[in-house]
Amino acid sequence: MEKLINDFSFGLFFWVAIIFTVLIFILRKFAWKPILSSLDEREEGIQGALDAAENAKKELENLQADNERILNEARAERDGLLKEAREMKANILAKAEEEATVQTDKMISKAKEVIAAEKKAAVADLKNQVAGLSVEIAEKVVKNELSDKDKQLALVETLLKDATLN
Amino acid sequence: MGAQSLSKIFATLVVSFFSLTLFAGTEAPENPIQHHDHKDDHHGDPHAHAATPSSNLHAKDAHANHGGAVDTKEEVDAYIQHHLADSHDVVLWSDGEKGTHVGFPLPVILWDGGLKVGMSSQFHHGESVATIGGNHYKLFHGKVYKTDAKGTLSYDEHHHPTNEKPFDLSITKNVFAMLVTGLLLLLGFGSLAKGYKNGPIPKGIGRFLEPLVLYVRDEIAKPNIGERKYRKYMGFLLTIFFFIWLLNLLGLTPFGFNVTGNITFTACLALITFLIVQFSGNKDYWKHIFWMPGVPVPMKIILAPIELIGLVTKPFSLMVRLFANITAGHSVVMGIIAVIYLMKDSLGLVGGISVSMILGIFINLIELLVAFLQAYIFTMLASLFIGMAVEEHDHH
Repeated sequence: MEKLINDFSFGLFFWVAIIFTVLIFILRKFAWKPILSSLDEREEGIQGALDAAENAKKELENLQADNERILNEARAERDGLLKEAREMKANILAKAEEEATVQTDKMISKAKEVIAAEKKAAVADLKNQVAGLSVEIAEKVVKNELSDKDKQLALVETLLKDATLN
Repeated sequence: MGAQSLSKIFATLVVSFFSLTLFAGTEAPENPIQHHDHKDDHHGDPHAHAATPSSNLHAKDAHANHGGAVDTKEEVDAYIQHHLADSHDVVLWSDGEKGTHVGFPLPVILWDGGLKVGMSSQFHHGESVATIGGNHYKLFHGKVYKTDAKGTLSYDEHHHPTNEKPFDLSITKNVFAMLVTGLLLLLGFGSLAKGYKNGPIPKGIGRFLEPLVLYVRDEIAKPNIGERKYRKYMGFLLTIFFFIWLLNLLGLTPFGFNVTGNITFTACLALITFLIVQFSGNKDYWKHIFWMPGVPVPMKIILAPIELIGLVTKPFSLMVRLFANITAGHSVVMGIIAVIYLMKDSLGLVGGISVSMILGIFINLIELLVAFLQAYIFTMLASLFIGMAVEEHDHH
C-alpha cells in the first residue's frame, strides 16, 4: 500500500487527465461522430433497402394477383363471347333452316298446285279429245255400217232386238 | 438472463481470440528479443547510483546491481519493480558492463517556482546531477528531487529522501506512450471516419476497427445504458475502450511500456468515470442512494451509508482491477523470462531458454486476451454504472 501511494504521481495524473479528456473531444469530433453517423446511415440504408425490397415483393404479388384476376376476367369474357357466338351461330343456322323449310314447303305446295292444275287441264283436254275421238270413231263406225245395206238391216235388227228386250 | 450473459461472454471470447490470432503472429517471435532487452536493460537502472550505504532494501538491491548481471532473485525482483514503474526516459536496452544505454531521452518539465524545462538525458539515468533552469535536480527511484550542486540526498528512517520535490510534469515514458497511443487512435479511427466518404464499406485498417466499434456500441453501450441514452456516452466509452486496449497491447511489445498497470493511470480513468456517472445521475439514482424507495424507514437509514460506500467502491474496483491485472501480467511474463537466469544451474542454458520461451509465449498469448478483456471489462462496468445512473424507474 505504501508502495502504491509512493508510486502515485500527480504529474502523471495531470497528464492522464489532460490527454484522455483531449482525446475524448478530438476523437469524438474527428472519429466517433462521423463513424457512428455513417454506421447509422448505412444501417438505415440497409433497413430502407430491405423495406423497399419487401414492398416491391408485396407490390409484385399484388400485381401478379391483379394480372391473374385480369387474365381470369379476360378468359371469362372470351368464354362468354365464344358461347354467344356459338349460340348465335346455332340461332342463325336454325333460322336459316326454318326459312329454307318454309320456302321449300311454299315452293312444293305451289308446284303441287301447279301440277294439280296442269293435271286437271290435261285430264279435261284428254276428256275432250277422247270425246272428240269417240265421236269421230263412232261417226266412222256408223259411216262404215251404213254404207252396206245388209249391215244396216242387221244393225237395225240388233237394235230392234235390244229394244224389244227392253 | 443466463443465456444472455453466456452469449455475451462467448462473443467476448470470439473477439478476443480474433485479436489474439491477429497479433500473435507479430508478438510471439519478439519474445526472445524482449528477454535480452530486459536482461541488459537492467544495468541502466537508476537505482544503481544510490551510493549512500543504507540498510534499506532498495538501496541494497541497487548496490548489488551495480555493474553486474541480473542473476539473483533480489536483482530480478528489483528489475521487475523498475520495469513496472514509470521512468523519465525510454531505454530500449543497455549494456551494463560498459554502462551504455540505447534509447531516447524525454522532456523534463518541472514546476519549481516557475516552469523549468530540460531533457532527461541531463540526469544520465540518475547517475549525475542535472542543472535545469538554474536549479539542481537529481533522479532517485524514478522521482526528481531538488538538490545542491553536488547532488546530496538526505534520507529519513525509511530511506526516503527528505529533499524537496518539485511538481513533476515531465513527459515520462508513460505520458509518451499515451501520446503515441492517442496519435495511433487518431490515425486509425480518423482514417476509418474518412473512409466512409468513399463508400459505405470501410477499407484497410477500418475493416478491422469497424466491427470493434460496432461491438462496443451493440454489446457494451446499448444493452447497459439503453437504446435511448447510449449515444451521449459513446465518445467516452469508445475512447476509453480503445485507449486501454491499445495501451495494454503496447505494454506487450518489447518497448516495455506499462501504462495501464500504473495505479495513477487507472485512478485517473476511474475518477473520470466516477465523475461522469455522478453527473449523469438522475433523481431516481440519488433517491436510491439516500432514501431507498420501497423499504421500511429503519432500512432506509441503514441502506444509505451502504449505498454511499458503494458509490466509492465502484470506481475503486475499476481502478484496482485494471491495475492489478496488467501489473500481474507484466510481473509473470518477466518472472518467466528470469527463469533463464535463475534456473541456469538446474535446467542448463538450453533447458532454461526453452522452458522460458514456451511459458513466455503461452503467458504472452494469455496477456493478449487479458489486454482485450480488461479493456472490455472497464468499458462494460463504466457503461453499467452509467446505465444505473440514468435508468428510468417506471414502476415507482
